[in-house]
Amino acid sequence: MSGADFLLAALIVVALYMVSTSRLAACVRASALQGVILALLPLALEWSEGPRPPSVHVAVLALGALGIKAITIPWLLRRSMREARVRREVEPMASLHTSILAAAGLVGLAFWLGREMVSPFPVASPMLVPAAIANVLLGFLLVVARRQAITQVVGYLVLENGVFVFGLGLAGQQPIVVELSVLLDVLVGVFVMGITINHISQTFDHVDTTALASLRE
Amino acid sequence: MNLMWICLLHLLLMLGLPPLLVGIIGRVKATVAGRRGAPLLQPYRDLLRLLRKGAVYSTTTTWIFRAGPIVTLAATVVAGCLLPFGNAHAPLAFEGDLVVFAYLLGLGRFMTMAAALDTGSSFEGMGASREAAVGALAEPAIFLVLATLVVATQHLSLATIFGSLSATATSSPALLLCGAALGAVLLAENARIPIDDPTTHLELTMLHEVMVLDHSGPDLALIEYGSAVKLFVTSALFVGVLLPRALLHPLGVVLGVTAVAVVIGLVESVMARLRLPRVKQFLIGATALAAVALAAQLFAPGAV
Repeated sequence: MSGADFLLAALIVVALYMVSTSRLAACVRASALQGVILALLPLALEWSEGPRPPSVHVAVLALGALGIKAITIPWLLRRSMREARVRREVEPMASLHTSILAAAGLVGLAFWLGREMVSPFPVASPMLVPAAIANVLLGFLLVVARRQAITQVVGYLVLENGVFVFGLGLAGQQPIVVELSVLLDVLVGVFVMGITINHISQTFDHVDTTALASLRE
Repeated sequence: MNLMWICLLHLLLMLGLPPLLVGIIGRVKATVAGRRGAPLLQPYRDLLRLLRKGAVYSTTTTWIFRAGPIVTLAATVVAGCLLPFGNAHAPLAFEGDLVVFAYLLGLGRFMTMAAALDTGSSFEGMGASREAAVGALAEPAIFLVLATLVVATQHLSLATIFGSLSATATSSPALLLCGAALGAVLLAENARIPIDDPTTHLELTMLHEVMVLDHSGPDLALIEYGSAVKLFVTSALFVGVLLPRALLHPLGVVLGVTAVAVVIGLVESVMARLRLPRVKQFLIGATALAAVALAAQLFAPGAV
């Protein structure tokens, strides 16, 4: 039982909130909150092994997550939201009620998988693997169940946050360069997606991705 | 303290305190709005005033209309007797009493709805149907929370559950999630903002209040008192999940439910009522939180 458990539980709850809201601004704000939680997480995991000042590795990781996931990416998303003039998710593929129930089922599945999967290395918190899988699954759900390109980008971020949490379990085992390059990849990815969203909205006057599936002369 | 005194104190708290909670909520709302507000003891005076009046019964109504308030109050009081307030002793306790607890609250709700339908008024029927919808959506959340508590403590009685929760008394993510789900249920069960506005004056926007429009005099007093007792009982359950230690001492219970009343008052001051379709979503969200809590408790028990 440690602070990290609460952060991981909060991560799941924030992802659930994203699935249940139709407001894009709230979704983006929630993804910024997830960024803050992810920045605190390596510190909490380190602290649970014994109270001591964080190592350089962990500090850089926390600062990188804060700078990229909590500040830069939400800023980019808010910008493209303003450019594309969309505020809320109208008529998602699956209704919000269905998505919440599906999300609860997916989180249950994630906890079950977390128990079944045997980790080759000792995991810092029993919530770590379930929280990681839950975020990956909820991210997928957001990508699949929503129409607006911006929500799909947020869903991709949630998915990536899950992978990031997985990586934290391995933080001692892998060189910092790997994690930082992943963080930068995500930043570039969101950058590109923001440009794509702008192009979609300029061409079609909306960012509903279902229109992209139909051919036009 | 021997057992009899504990039980007496329990009943005294549960029967004496509830109108004060209603007074506190009103006071907090008034203070936040910049008004002086009614005295804290005003609900008691209102109850006495109503009890002294006569009741008016429409000729359409049957005995169900008269039985409604009485059964509702009785069911709520018995449900309250299942909760332990001090030394993990409850006046009533047996294996599996948590199911009885949930359904006693359900029985109270059912009788209020039956009495409302008995009046034959279309407004009251509408209120009853809304109340049924809210109740049906709140119930899975309550049961998932109770199931999480059972899994966490391996006990089936509310008294022993809270006894062993307070013995190990460390907070855990699962319990916090349970607390959040229970908080949403608390607001829904007691017809509070953001689910329902207890002070609204337009029948079309009412959920709970519209069902009691036809009750008068002593019947209305019983209903008001019954909903105050329900507020007290559900608040005590909420406090018990978030701070299990508080249920160990009568003073802890008093402080806990007072704090809950203040928080409800603040919530009511800063939030607006949700649109009816959003109420559904609010309660489904609470159910999802409770489901996550249960999953965490079942599959990641090391976190507790």
